[in-house]
Amino acid sequence: MDTDQLIRTLAADNAHRAPRVGAVLTLALLVAAPLSILIFATFLGMRPDVMSAMHNPFFDMKFAVTLSLAIPAIIVSLHLSRPEALMRGWGWLLLLPVGLLAVAIGGEAMMAPAMPMSMRLVGKNSRVCLLAIPAMSLPLLAGALFGLRHGAPSRPALAGALAGLLSAGLAATLYASHCTDDSPLFVATWYTLATALVAAIGALAGSRVLRY
Amino acid sequence: MRGRDDEWTGLMRSAMAGDDAVYHRLLKAVTPVLRAAARRGLARAGQPVDQSEDIVQDILLAVHLKRHTWDSEAPFAPWLFAIARNKLIDALRKRGKRVFVNIDDFTEILPGEAPEETASASEVAAQLSTLPQRQRDVLQSIAVDSASIKDTAAKFAMSEGAVRVALHRGLAALTAKLRDR
Repeated sequence: MDTDQLIRTLAADNAHRAPRVGAVLTLALLVAAPLSILIFATFLGMRPDVMSAMHNPFFDMKFAVTLSLAIPAIIVSLHLSRPEALMRGWGWLLLLPVGLLAVAIGGEAMMAPAMPMSMRLVGKNSRVCLLAIPAMSLPLLAGALFGLRHGAPSRPALAGALAGLLSAGLAATLYASHCTDDSPLFVATWYTLATALVAAIGALAGSRVLRY
Repeated sequence: MRGRDDEWTGLMRSAMAGDDAVYHRLLKAVTPVLRAAARRGLARAGQPVDQSEDIVQDILLAVHLKRHTWDSEAPFAPWLFAIARNKLIDALRKRGKRVFVNIDDFTEILPGEAPEETASASEVAAQLSTLPQRQRDVLQSIAVDSASIKDTAAKFAMSEGAVRVALHRGLAALTAKLRDR
C-alpha cells in the first residue's frame, strides 16, 4: 500500500469519532471502583468509631491528603495524554498532598502529644496499610491504564506513574476510613510508601501498555 | 511557517467537523514534511533513508487514530510534530539506535525541500495480509481499488455501517500490529 492509498483510506474513516480520553478514563474508573470497594468491604470495613472519629481533625485530614493526591493526579494524567503536553507548569499540583501533610505534621507537633512519636509513626496498622492500599489500587490502576491507553502520551512511563498515583490516592481514601492511625506522621510514612509502590508498578506497566 | 501552521489548524478543524475532503487534503499536505523529517532522522542515525516511507505511514496511522487527543483550540503543528517525533524515535529504537530527535527536524523544513516522490513502504502492506479476511477486503477495496464506502458495501454485500466498522477496526488492528511487531 503506498502512502497516497493509505491517506485515501484514512480519509474514508474520518467519520469515525472516538470519545474523549477523559470520558473513557472516567468510565474505566467507575467500572473498576466496585472491585476495590469489594476488597474494602470484605477484608477491611470502616472503623467502628467512625462517627466520633469524624470530629477529630486529623482523621478528616487524611481524606484531604488522599483526595489532594487523587484529583490532581487525574487532572495531570489527562493533560499528559496529549502528545505535545509538557510536565512544566503542572508538577506543582502533585505537591498539594505534600504541603497538606507538612502543615498537619506541624499542627500535631504544636499540640501536647497524646502518644509518643514512635507510636504515632509506627501505629498499629503499618503492615495492613502497606498491603491494603496497593491491593485496592490494583483494579483502579488497571482501569486508569485502560482509560489512558485511549490517549497518546509522549512519556508512557510517566503517564503510568500518574495512573499509579491516582489509583493509590483513591484506594487510600477508602483505606483512611478503616485505619485507626490518624497521626499525619503515620500517613506521611506508610501511605507514602504504599503510594510509591503503586506508582512504580504503574510506571512499569505504563512503559509497556501506554505506547501507541 | 506561521502561515502554514495556521492553515493546517484551520484544515484540521474542518476535518474534525466532518469534512472528509479537507481531511484528505491536510494529510496530503503534511506528508512531505513528515517524509523529510523521517529521512533526516534516519540519515542522522546512519540508517538507509529508503525506510522513511514506513515511518511516514506509521505516523499517519497514529495521527488518524489519536486525532481525538488534539484540542481544537490549540495549534495543530505542535501536536502533529509531537506524534511524529515519538514515532520516529520508536522506529529508530526498533532498528537498535538510540538517538536524540530534535523537534527542529520538523519545524525547520521548508516546503520546497521535501522530496515529492512516494518511496516504497513494505510494513503496512505486510501486516495487511495478517488481518481478518473481511477487514482486509474492505481496506484493499478502499485503498487499492479506490472504491467508496458505498461501492465497497455493494461489492461485498455488506451494509455501509458494517463497511465503516470493518474499515476502522482494520486500521486500528494494523496500527497495533505495527506497534507490537
